[in-house]
Amino acid sequence: MNAAPGITPTAEDGQNALDRAVGGTYRHGFVTDIESDTLPPGLDEDVIRVISRKKDEPQFLLDWRLRAFRHWQTMQEPAWAYVRYPPIDFQSISYYSAPKQNKDGPKSLADVDPKLLETYDKLGIPLHERARLAGVAVDAVFDSVSVATTFKDRLSKAGVIFCPFSEAVKTHPALLEQWLGSVVPHTDNFYAALNSAVFTDGSFVYIPKGVRCPMELSTYFRINAANTGQFERTLIIADEGSHVSYLEGCTAPKRDENQLHAAVVELVALDNAEIKYSTVQNWYPGDENGVGGIYNFVTKRGDCRGHRSKISWTQVETGSAITWKYPSCILTGDDSVGEFYSVAVANHHQQADTGTKMIHVGRNTRSTIVSKGISAGLAQNTYRGLVKILPSAEGARNYTQCDSLLMSPTCGAHTFPYVEVRNPTAIVEHEATTSRIGEDQLFYCLQRGLSQEDAVNMIVNGFCKAVFKELPMEFAVEAQNLLAVSLEGSVG
Amino acid sequence: MNATTLPTTPLLEVLDLHVEVNGKPILKGVNLTVNAGEVHAIMGPNGSGKSTLSHVVAGKPGYVVTGGSLRYKGQDLLALAPEERARAGIFLAFQYPLEIPGVNNVYLLKAALNARHRHLGLPEVDAFEFLQLVKSKMQRMQMPESFLSRGVNEGFSGGEKKRNEVLQMQVLEPTLALLDETDSGLDIDALKVVSNGVNDLRSPERAIVMVTHYQRLLDYIVPDQVHVLVDGRVLLSGGKELALELEQRGYDWVRAQDAA
Repeated sequence: MNAAPGITPTAEDGQNALDRAVGGTYRHGFVTDIESDTLPPGLDEDVIRVISRKKDEPQFLLDWRLRAFRHWQTMQEPAWAYVRYPPIDFQSISYYSAPKQNKDGPKSLADVDPKLLETYDKLGIPLHERARLAGVAVDAVFDSVSVATTFKDRLSKAGVIFCPFSEAVKTHPALLEQWLGSVVPHTDNFYAALNSAVFTDGSFVYIPKGVRCPMELSTYFRINAANTGQFERTLIIADEGSHVSYLEGCTAPKRDENQLHAAVVELVALDNAEIKYSTVQNWYPGDENGVGGIYNFVTKRGDCRGHRSKISWTQVETGSAITWKYPSCILTGDDSVGEFYSVAVANHHQQADTGTKMIHVGRNTRSTIVSKGISAGLAQNTYRGLVKILPSAEGARNYTQCDSLLMSPTCGAHTFPYVEVRNPTAIVEHEATTSRIGEDQLFYCLQRGLSQEDAVNMIVNGFCKAVFKELPMEFAVEAQNLLAVSLEGSVG
Repeated sequence: MNATTLPTTPLLEVLDLHVEVNGKPILKGVNLTVNAGEVHAIMGPNGSGKSTLSHVVAGKPGYVVTGGSLRYKGQDLLALAPEERARAGIFLAFQYPLEIPGVNNVYLLKAALNARHRHLGLPEVDAFEFLQLVKSKMQRMQMPESFLSRGVNEGFSGGEKKRNEVLQMQVLEPTLALLDETDSGLDIDALKVVSNGVNDLRSPERAIVMVTHYQRLLDYIVPDQVHVLVDGRVLLSGGKELALELEQRGYDWVRAQDAA
């Protein structure tokens, strides 16, 4: 099927007051101190060897990195996404810096930008978490470390492995060698290849056969999570009959010094296993004028390798200057299920090109896509999705619902749904709507006495309800607050 | 107690009101005085400005007041934002109530009532008591329990939407209720239910202004005064019998009266 044309509303009443914005809370910007344990900018095989040696990696991993690097050198940066940014000089990036203790960070909350604290307050972030998020020196936030330790005990009793990737390299090399790159190969795409060559850390999760993970796994509580962000690598394996719910990210805006983020997430679900992966992404989106902000070029893919397995992606994306992200499912096993629930918000000058791919391979595979795009200010928000039914996928079904909400006359919403069906028994449904946040809807709420801000929040949350109900409870509440803060002052 | 009798300030005072939409004059000098305790009906042909009048009183954007004044309890209404007017007790029952997908009916209603309570310095409503209140009003409006879990006007029939407007009105207990063609699209049974709902609200402290095309509504909600709005001006006012006369003679009769 062909791509639907993009819809950009014409400028009419220029009523958009872009005065207060969450972007304004990031005064720390991108300060990079050169420290002794940081490699100079540049990328070649020697840099990769240094990274591998510093991390004390086995030979197979170094070889894999080098293969990825050699392949990456033959590749072109993708240009098909509906995003614009100046060329990235990959030789100007430093690819290794030792985990820091935030020595350059503020010494206490009193030194933190009050506007940042105000945002935390609006988001309802617990006091002891605020310090950690704002980058206050670690000993001031002992609480979250001890919480994490308690969690670790409970997990190991259940046989669950949940640790930093670099730790797994040492403690579970065989598992890594077996699964790493098995869903997103080192040759997959430009950014995935780059990540494979230079990734420094991330998370590793293994849920043994028949185990239901006793708690939601959250990067929030992972020890040693600091400074792994730029080229993060996550690998989750759910063995037969197991179940895990994984939460990535955090609603609070995080201080981060790296502009380019190219993460890879690989999920494997074996027979009857289920993985639920929830993301809230709120990285620095740049200021109101579009200066700065994170480039988030992520490859996320799950393989429902086993029969009756299920992988569910839920994402709430409000941050980053540029988002390029398509969490996908390969439905290999018969009767396997893939789901994608997404809320993507773009305000000011943000650009988001995000969606999913559902590749149906096995028989009676089912997939559901619910995408809610919200555009405000001057932002461009694109849904790009692929539903592919292979000849082997007898009886496959897909349902796609793709809605866009426009908050200003100057933003854009675009939808590119690709559908490829090679089996005549497949049933594929696609529904799409684009609507301007109704002045009449707003007036209706105001006439009932609600404030403008409450009315906008209520309408937007209603619009996103189908996605929010897929989030773990406490995450859903945070996500609602996050939306409110991200869209503050965007209509009016 | 203060025994002096002050001259009663009208609840709503419309003085020589001129209103334009997209540069086109719609209201051309409307005068109307509504006192507490009264029920007024505003009738008139299509395009005469009836709905515009109710929208301007409620503060809907898109209307430009080019002359005259609008007072509510003696206060300049044009200086107030729509939400402030609502909290001050002005309620508009919409001709076409809006759907807000994904937002629960009861949630909106509770937010609305709490906004009014905050304005009045009252505590927020207790969730249990609120539910009891809504349920009793729903019974009065003959609305099914399933309404509680549905989205705001989402998938409602025309009649259900109108009932929902009156339900909201019953819960919010406004001081000045404006009904914009609340009777249109209702069958006779629904008309009775809606009319009963409106009549419940008649009280000495409250005023109701109904915009309608049809005399039949006035059989159920009997007005104290009837005004005929033609081409942006009130050409004729009278008692409830005026509506019957109108029905017999049509609007041309009013125009002829005015020309005479």
